[in-house]
Amino acid sequence: MFSTAMSFSTTAAVVGGTARSDAIRPADLRFCGLRREAFGLRLLRSSPQAAAAKRMVLAAEATGNGAAGSGGFDYDLVIIGAGVGGHGAALHAVEKGLKTAIIEGDVVGGTCVNRGCVPSKALLAVSGRMRELQDEHHMKSLGLQVSSSGYDRQSVADHANNLASKIRSNLTNSMKSLGVDILTGFGTVVGKQKVRYGKVGFPDNEITARNIIIATGSVPFVPKGIEIDGKTVFTSDHALKLESVPDWIAIVGSGYIGLEFSDVYTALGSEVTFVEALDQLMPGFDPEIAKLAQRILINPRKIDYHTGVFASKITPAKDGKPVLIELIDAKTKEHKETLEVDAALIATGRAPFTKGLGLENINVVTQRGFIPVDERMQVTDADGNVVPNLYCIGDANGKLMLAHAASAQGISVVEQISGKDNVLNHLSIPAACFTHPEISMVGLTEPQAREQADQEGFEISVVKTSFKANTKALAENEGDGIAKMIYRPDTGEILGVHILGLHAADLIHEASNAIALGTRVQDIKLVVHAHPTLSEVLDELFKAAKVNTAVSHSVIEPVAA
Amino acid sequence: MAGLLHLNSTLLPSASLLLRNRSGGQAVRRRRACRVEAKIREIFMPALSSTMTEGKIVAWNAAEGDRLAKGDPVVVVESDKADMDVETFYDGFLAAVLVPAGESAPVGSAIALLAESEDEIPLAQSQAASFSSSSSSSSSSSPPAPQETAAQEASPPPPPPAPVAVSAPAPPSPAAQGGARVVASPYAKKLAKELSVDLFSITGSGPAGRVVAKDVEAAAAAPAKKAVPVAAARPDVPLGSTVPFTTMQGAVSKNMLESLAVPTFRVGYTITTGALDDLYKKIKGKGVTMTALLAKATAMALVQHPVVNSSCRDGQSFTYNSSINIAVAVAIDGGLITPVLQDADKLDIYTLSRKWKELVDKARAKQLQPQEYNSGTFTLSNLGMFGVDRFDAILPPGTGAIMAVGASQPTVVGTKDGRIGIKNQMQVNVTADHRVIYGSDLAAFLQTLSKIIEDPKDLTF
Repeated sequence: MFSTAMSFSTTAAVVGGTARSDAIRPADLRFCGLRREAFGLRLLRSSPQAAAAKRMVLAAEATGNGAAGSGGFDYDLVIIGAGVGGHGAALHAVEKGLKTAIIEGDVVGGTCVNRGCVPSKALLAVSGRMRELQDEHHMKSLGLQVSSSGYDRQSVADHANNLASKIRSNLTNSMKSLGVDILTGFGTVVGKQKVRYGKVGFPDNEITARNIIIATGSVPFVPKGIEIDGKTVFTSDHALKLESVPDWIAIVGSGYIGLEFSDVYTALGSEVTFVEALDQLMPGFDPEIAKLAQRILINPRKIDYHTGVFASKITPAKDGKPVLIELIDAKTKEHKETLEVDAALIATGRAPFTKGLGLENINVVTQRGFIPVDERMQVTDADGNVVPNLYCIGDANGKLMLAHAASAQGISVVEQISGKDNVLNHLSIPAACFTHPEISMVGLTEPQAREQADQEGFEISVVKTSFKANTKALAENEGDGIAKMIYRPDTGEILGVHILGLHAADLIHEASNAIALGTRVQDIKLVVHAHPTLSEVLDELFKAAKVNTAVSHSVIEPVAA
Repeated sequence: MAGLLHLNSTLLPSASLLLRNRSGGQAVRRRRACRVEAKIREIFMPALSSTMTEGKIVAWNAAEGDRLAKGDPVVVVESDKADMDVETFYDGFLAAVLVPAGESAPVGSAIALLAESEDEIPLAQSQAASFSSSSSSSSSSSPPAPQETAAQEASPPPPPPAPVAVSAPAPPSPAAQGGARVVASPYAKKLAKELSVDLFSITGSGPAGRVVAKDVEAAAAAPAKKAVPVAAARPDVPLGSTVPFTTMQGAVSKNMLESLAVPTFRVGYTITTGALDDLYKKIKGKGVTMTALLAKATAMALVQHPVVNSSCRDGQSFTYNSSINIAVAVAIDGGLITPVLQDADKLDIYTLSRKWKELVDKARAKQLQPQEYNSGTFTLSNLGMFGVDRFDAILPPGTGAIMAVGASQPTVVGTKDGRIGIKNQMQVNVTADHRVIYGSDLAAFLQTLSKIIEDPKDLTF
């Protein structure tokens, strides 16, 4: 009899195969009442939550998800990659009563926890405070005097590092305590419903799984011609360790990663030069937001830029010579200029990490490294057919390379595996850029909305409001910012919301919720927002929108997507 | 409902009617849309003052392809007096920029094309090709420089390019390889632009010889210490080179030449300023400046002598001005401007001082509107702060008189009762247009003025 994922120390039965033997020792098992990883609280076994969970476990067992006797798989679900995507999927799988294992070849938490979201937000928190303290004008206008502000680079780096370690251990513990088997090694798919994993120098293990999710994530993409030395020419992986603060750093790529780093470096005293291949800076943002962002985040800071150029060759600094960056015109490819800087950060996007997954064993061919999937995250093979029981989530499939998108996709997959069909609406997933002030968005940009409107034959309207009209923003003297909403005046459907301003990353969720639930503008117009709060910025948007349909029903019906 | 529709439909024609009338008149002519065919409109170089013949584009606020709404500022133009934001009168897309930033164009010439919809942008851009050939020939003739200084230099920062070299023009810094380019950090570049410092003239102290911010600051500060705060002269000039006039300097030169056609004469007067100085000490805490006091006194004197406030515009008649607008000459970086205190006789001294401060700030920031600098009826010029005891000023065209004020200095005087004493006295010297102002008019005016200044109790009502 296979026991389910939630086992207590007393019933830690040995499951078939060597998979479990090196995974968790019975003494390690604790019961955790909390589902998500953030705090990783360890409650005692005898807590009331334990009893409740036990009841849940029994209920799950009763539904026969344990694969008891049906097919004899080692696991119901094996996830390759314990990053944010894998972790989200694992937790949800356990909640659904699936016997789950997760294979990790490097560190638990993956990019987000160790080389991405977590340490970068720590650095941005520091840079935000530094910027405030150094802004004498701002301080004076509030009546404050700050004598002298400085920072210790090592302590800042330690803050980021410690945070990453803490979150990493929380993640690990949350999975362990829920009974997810954490298997160490690099996983490969060796055949239908079969996975092999192992560490270098150790014998490989093979396990069988009813369903497999590939969640191997991505790595920073380094274009050819660029020589990385990790000290003077580096990627975000190295930058987050903050081993040094250069006087002058060139950032290749002006997307949100480059932008966030420019915020960090300029606050810590560096000067920044952007090198962007397209003709506009911040090409992924709504153009109006990008223009204002340039005025707020770039022009007043010690930042200049070169657009429409590629960095064809970057040579690290050596023997006292600075880093040399050769710039060529993006279209004509002729040499334009050579920059001599102290450091270069390569932020030209991320490439999927899908080599060595054994995909050829199941006839799956990657496209530029991304694993092709359909809207349900099911992997499709070289002939376009869905490969059963194989899914791919997160950066590896390239649909929306954001941490929360990965975990949302993971949850969607687990729902499907548990018998409930689920198609994730990617347009309702918000994105944020944590500069100061923050930028966030959900849905379509104005040009995208106009294009769709032209193609499908409907009208769109745009409403905008400035943070200067918001009491709370003015009280903080942070009135720089706008919010805009693109919607359909005939149905009230919200197509996109973009915010640039204080706490934009937190404010966007009202809009993303509305889009996810299909809430129409005319229905959300009447909800009340506390005063004085920044959320009134969105209240202004909703109230300013004019919808032509008569509001006759009080029932909120989801609008056809 | 029908009435509303009617209003909407007539709005456009009446707006263009308004435009036509305004362009027919004098003063400011903003934008004139003429071509309606193909819905591509031209954005014209506006005439920002009656004396402006061409303007230099400081910066474009929008880029090609940007959508513009009516009223959006599109371009910043440097006239002979100030930098002005020019707005667009129509919604549309900025299809093509015909005159890029840094170049000049004659007033009335097209500087950009505005397409009504995005589809028309390529059409506009092909039209732009035909424009550029004609505009480039006009812009190349506008800067009247016979020889460009240091032709290898990359475009020097926009107005005014008063080259502030550190000492003698130094050999290129190690960071500038062979004078072709200079390696400067982003902040250094920004500062150089703001402080009008030429990057090529600075020796870099940063790693690998690059120019850093503090090098630029040092270069900007060095000559500034030598220059007097209200500097009319530029002590650090690039010796041995020829520098073309900026737009403002060109205008000044033109005005001065025009004044040669006017028959002028001068009358001087010595005014005892003891009482005025005391009054100034009493009320300067309230923000009152000597300039404001002098302007007020002059205005009050002009009330009693309106002919001195008149001018001769056409050589045949008196133009009696209804308001007394005192223009005061102010030296600003790279030039001279005359902000105007309008209706100086009607305002109290405190309001006048406040207004004056606003005008000076705007003048220094080059944000004066045309009517704030070209509506003067009488001009005041003060060089007393340099210790100048007397000078005579050149009469600005279009006005009747200008008064040059010297320093107030303790002078030994003989009094009527045979004693010798010391009084603070200043010499004023008025240059006037003899076609409208005769000797006795001027003398009487000065007598009144000296009475007002020597007994200034009425200045503070």
